[in-house]
Amino acid sequence: MSFEDEQRMSRRPPEPGTSVAVIAPHETFRSVTDQITSVVLTRRTPLFWWATFGAALVGIGFFVVSTCWLFYKGIAVLGNQIPVAWGYPITNFVWWIGIGHAGTLISAILLLLNQSWRNSINRFAEAMTIFAVACAGMFPVFHLGRAWILYWILPYPNTMHVQPQFRSPLVWDVFAVSTYATVSVLFWYLGMIPDLASLRDRSKSKLAYGFYGVLCLGWRGASRHWRWHESASLLLAGLATPLVLSVHTVVSFDFTIAILPGWHSTIFPPYFVAGAIYSGFAMVLILAIPLRAVYGLQNLVTERHLNNCAKLMLATGLILAYTYLFEPFNAWYSGDPYEMAVVNNRAFGPEAWTFWTTILCNVIIPQSLWFRWVRVNPKPLFFVSCVVLYGMWMERFMLIITSLSRDFLPSSWANFVASFWDNALLLGSIGVFVLFFMLFVRFLPMISIFEVRELLPHSSPTGGSEK
Amino acid sequence: MSPNLLYAIALEFDSPSALVKATKSVRERGFTKYEVYSPYPVKQLDEIVPGTDPVPLMVLSAGVLGAVTALVMEYYIAVYEYPINVGGRPLNSWPSFIPITFELTVLFAAIAAFIGMLCLAGLPLLHHPVFNLPEFARASSDRFFLMIEERDPMMEIVEEREWLNKLGALSVSEVESR
Repeated sequence: MSFEDEQRMSRRPPEPGTSVAVIAPHETFRSVTDQITSVVLTRRTPLFWWATFGAALVGIGFFVVSTCWLFYKGIAVLGNQIPVAWGYPITNFVWWIGIGHAGTLISAILLLLNQSWRNSINRFAEAMTIFAVACAGMFPVFHLGRAWILYWILPYPNTMHVQPQFRSPLVWDVFAVSTYATVSVLFWYLGMIPDLASLRDRSKSKLAYGFYGVLCLGWRGASRHWRWHESASLLLAGLATPLVLSVHTVVSFDFTIAILPGWHSTIFPPYFVAGAIYSGFAMVLILAIPLRAVYGLQNLVTERHLNNCAKLMLATGLILAYTYLFEPFNAWYSGDPYEMAVVNNRAFGPEAWTFWTTILCNVIIPQSLWFRWVRVNPKPLFFVSCVVLYGMWMERFMLIITSLSRDFLPSSWANFVASFWDNALLLGSIGVFVLFFMLFVRFLPMISIFEVRELLPHSSPTGGSEK
Repeated sequence: MSPNLLYAIALEFDSPSALVKATKSVRERGFTKYEVYSPYPVKQLDEIVPGTDPVPLMVLSAGVLGAVTALVMEYYIAVYEYPINVGGRPLNSWPSFIPITFELTVLFAAIAAFIGMLCLAGLPLLHHPVFNLPEFARASSDRFFLMIEERDPMMEIVEEREWLNKLGALSVSEVESR
């Protein structure tokens, strides 16, 4: 792009619907640095933080007690039974890992697509990814029964001469999720190094100086380092993009490779990926809306961010609605009586309430996002996001219990009943997520400072931000 | 250590355009050992500051290594170490090996990108002479620094050293080497 083009672009009137700037005007390098670092270094921890942290500690209590009880007593404390051997744990696993996907979408895919508005929300979205994947990773372990021999799933030389079965999607899942967790952490940390250096340079106490000094690995912002840093970030983004699609695809393979009616379908991979991103954006909004209000970040996380996230939520929600329509068509068109029986059982069987709750929460209520008023107003948007998040949990629950409880042989049918410990574990995992997230907000830069600097109009020597 | 206790001459700027302009003149004047410090990546510097970018090659090689590792491991285990006949399917059912091959490719490549970048930059590093300059704390916020190192042969010429004062920097200071 020539210099003249850039000048013209920067003078171009804002597109309709995006009249609100990405970053509020009059911000400077200094003001954004001060604002973001002060949350960690100087400002008093707000009451909201303590209240949320306290609530998360209660969740942790549930988590500790229920995991101890589960490991002590065995898998029977949960509602998992044959035929519904997956129950809550796998529902929670798919739900949590799906939530993580929006973080990678924001940090990697939108980076590759040059959507610079994402620069002020990518950091905490990535943090959300990591903590969500951590929560997700625990649940398959919980439903193993003998969690202490978890490592048998890994290929390693052993005296038993037993090795994992590489034709099984459950083994693929282990590789997919652990790779996803590792790459997300690397990407997040790499992006944070320059900002940790900013925290180091602005820290007042010796303790903070040492802490951030070690964490930032001695970053000094040399231009060559920036070049390699940018190159590595872009490559990680390029790697994370197919990775994030592959992870939920592999998760959906856990279902589709089985021949169970209602699962054995080629539409599952795109269906799962769209659902994952849908629920993830709901979580991004649930986190962003209170954070920007409490920490006064409305100048960095603007109305435009809310609007864009809501639009992405609407789009992925519509993809999901399409697959909800397509599923019964698929069953009918296949002519398979078992597939048709599952469709009928989902909509009108004993667990029909899960199906209709899913439709209400994921298809009907989110249509309100067509209205701009809902997209840019924090309160209704927060409400819709909560509804979607709940609906997405219900969707996975519906998929798991309706298919597993009614397979080919009526003699092996049985309904699923959740136990107290199922709910306690789910609540506990939310506690774990919130606790980690609150610690992140308190001790690490929750907005990428150097990328926000790049958004400022005077960041480019030719005037006007390029990215 | 060299008897010279200076590490570099630091020129401080408050805008990316002033920094780019000064760096260009320094390069045209014939200086070779200089480094530029900024609070965010300034694109235009990539053309001015010499250096190559080996990160993509590292990532590519690691990715290939990951793919080969995964395929060899899966083939060896499924065919020799622990062969199981599942419904008469071939032991080497390679299409089923692809998901893990893909994951390990990404894993190896990502680790290479991260570690490779740190190794190139010589990080982690506990201390560096640039931190001896108290003003350098603002290099991670709103100041831009051009450091011309003492080991540059041009620095032995007094006129050249004095020429640096004429570049329009906010301040010109000496950075001690330890």
